[in-house]
Amino acid sequence: MLERVQSERIQSDRTMIDIRDVTRSYGSFKALDNASLAIREGEFFSLLGPSGCGKTTLLRMIAGFDTPTSGLIAVDGQPMDGIPANRRPTNMVFQSYAIFPHLNVEQNVAYGLKRLKLAAGEEKRRVEEALAQVSLTGLGKRRATELSGGQRQRVALARALVMRPKVLLLDEPLSALDKKLRGQMQVELRRLQQAVGITFVLVTHDQYEALAMSDRIAVMFGGRIAQVASPKEIYQRPVNRQVADFLGGMNFVKAEIVEENGASLLLDTLGFGRVRTDKPKAFVRNGGAATLGIRPERLRVLWDNASAKFEVAGKVVERHYFGEITHLIVEIPGLEKPLSVTETNDFGADDIPVGAPIRLAYDPEALVAMAD
Amino acid sequence: MTATRRFLPGWLSSYATLYILFLYLPVIFLPIFSINTAATPKFPLSGVTLHWYEDLPKTPALIDATWNSLIVGVSASILSTVLGILAARSITRYRYPGRRAINGLIMAPLVLPEVIVAISMLLVMLQLGLSLSLLTVVLGHVLVCIPYSMTVLTSGFEGFDRSLEEASADLGESAFGTFRRVTLPMVAPAIISSLLVCFTISLDEFIIAFFLTGTEATLPIYIWGQLRFAAKLPGVLALGTLLLFASFVLMTIAEILRRRAARRTQNEGGLYA
Repeated sequence: MLERVQSERIQSDRTMIDIRDVTRSYGSFKALDNASLAIREGEFFSLLGPSGCGKTTLLRMIAGFDTPTSGLIAVDGQPMDGIPANRRPTNMVFQSYAIFPHLNVEQNVAYGLKRLKLAAGEEKRRVEEALAQVSLTGLGKRRATELSGGQRQRVALARALVMRPKVLLLDEPLSALDKKLRGQMQVELRRLQQAVGITFVLVTHDQYEALAMSDRIAVMFGGRIAQVASPKEIYQRPVNRQVADFLGGMNFVKAEIVEENGASLLLDTLGFGRVRTDKPKAFVRNGGAATLGIRPERLRVLWDNASAKFEVAGKVVERHYFGEITHLIVEIPGLEKPLSVTETNDFGADDIPVGAPIRLAYDPEALVAMAD
Repeated sequence: MTATRRFLPGWLSSYATLYILFLYLPVIFLPIFSINTAATPKFPLSGVTLHWYEDLPKTPALIDATWNSLIVGVSASILSTVLGILAARSITRYRYPGRRAINGLIMAPLVLPEVIVAISMLLVMLQLGLSLSLLTVVLGHVLVCIPYSMTVLTSGFEGFDRSLEEASADLGESAFGTFRRVTLPMVAPAIISSLLVCFTISLDEFIIAFFLTGTEATLPIYIWGQLRFAAKLPGVLALGTLLLFASFVLMTIAEILRRRAARRTQNEGGLYA
């Protein structure tokens, strides 16, 4: 099951949603500032960012609940300006789920079909099919008020999917669920998307959610799109400190650019010495300074006499226990900020005394250069 | 604290009993004397009869008054509910400067002395050149009904999740279709509740009707007129009993509907999640 969820999938390169130079201003405030994006057909795409970054504004403009101040949005090649929400080939799962409380589950799911004037049998068949897709078979007669949070969300999904939209928009669909259910729904949403093959656009502020479910992610800050890439690339090769920081813990080390060519950078750092790293695609040099980053889990504790080709030595100044992992804060001579290290507890990282000398191994591949 | 608590229950429950008794004793007298054979309301009852009730439909003036009251009640309740819907929707849905002040001004007639309101209304009507008729009574009743209508409707509209209307549009429904299939069914109980409350208030209202009515009496005015004749008292009591009963039933239904409406609009989100 897991393999299927994580397996690579055939995707077309055809653009489903074309967002071109879209700006949305409220007076002098720009909720979205000149955003351009091409979302592919059949893709699970996430808009990730802190609250107020413009991700929901963008989603609502795709749905037709908001209008760009300037710029163009096209869905499946058709420009969307002037087309109201009720005539767009998109459907949305709302953050509050927006289940109609005066209707039962079946009537909620059939709501949009009523206008299509399908044959009675056909409508019933499609409702049944949609309920089956979200594992709600048999609950059709339940009142909306008798459903749990997870079930409400499934009804919202079925109600949108039954319309067979070209694009399904999801506005923070998992934020109201508890942690365990959220994890389960992540897997299920991903599986559902693969099964129906519809383009999904998810808005979330939860980086793990975006990493776990998406084919590609757009990270947004302050109304601008900072980076668009696969989860792995976003996590491992963030374009700047802001993206790196938002996607989980990252140690930042000051660096001097010694040499720059087409594909790589040669950097001088205090703790890590002279390192050569890949040059990020969007790297724009800002003077001679740059930042070198390394994720806490890419630093490994060297036990006893073990040695590694690349290592740094220092002293443990803090230790925090998190069950399966231990978080160490390590002071390295020459570095202005101590390094943060996460180590699994299999070998007793939770027993390392504070104040003990320590050596850390790293893979130079894990070092990532970022523009300052 | 615990000591006082130990002493109080006995006192508190007798206080509560007296309280309720004081509130409802007059109300209980009404039906009791309305089935008395004697015309004077005095204990002990001289005998039990439904005679006074049987006489009611045989009084043409009473029938006229009933019709007048129904016409005024229905018109006033519809008018004040329509105006109440618009105001309640604006106050619960939009945020704008002066929203609270406007809400306060709409609710104010609730605490103004009714005699003063009635006299001012009379002056306004005369200034406008309107001759006193059922129409002027209706206008007066709309003024006193709107605060009640607003109270019922805002409690029904409050917390109406705007995304419900968006979801409807998202699923392909037009603006009118959304109103018909989502907004209206959700607030219908509140609207019906408001209609019933306003109708009941108008049916029972005396002071404003007294000042603004022309030659056509409403039921309370008719009752007032009958009180001059001692022999008519049992008939008035019988009529009063019926009015009391009707008001009680209407208000109960209205309250049930209001609660249902409030539950409908407010159960989105956390409560059942």
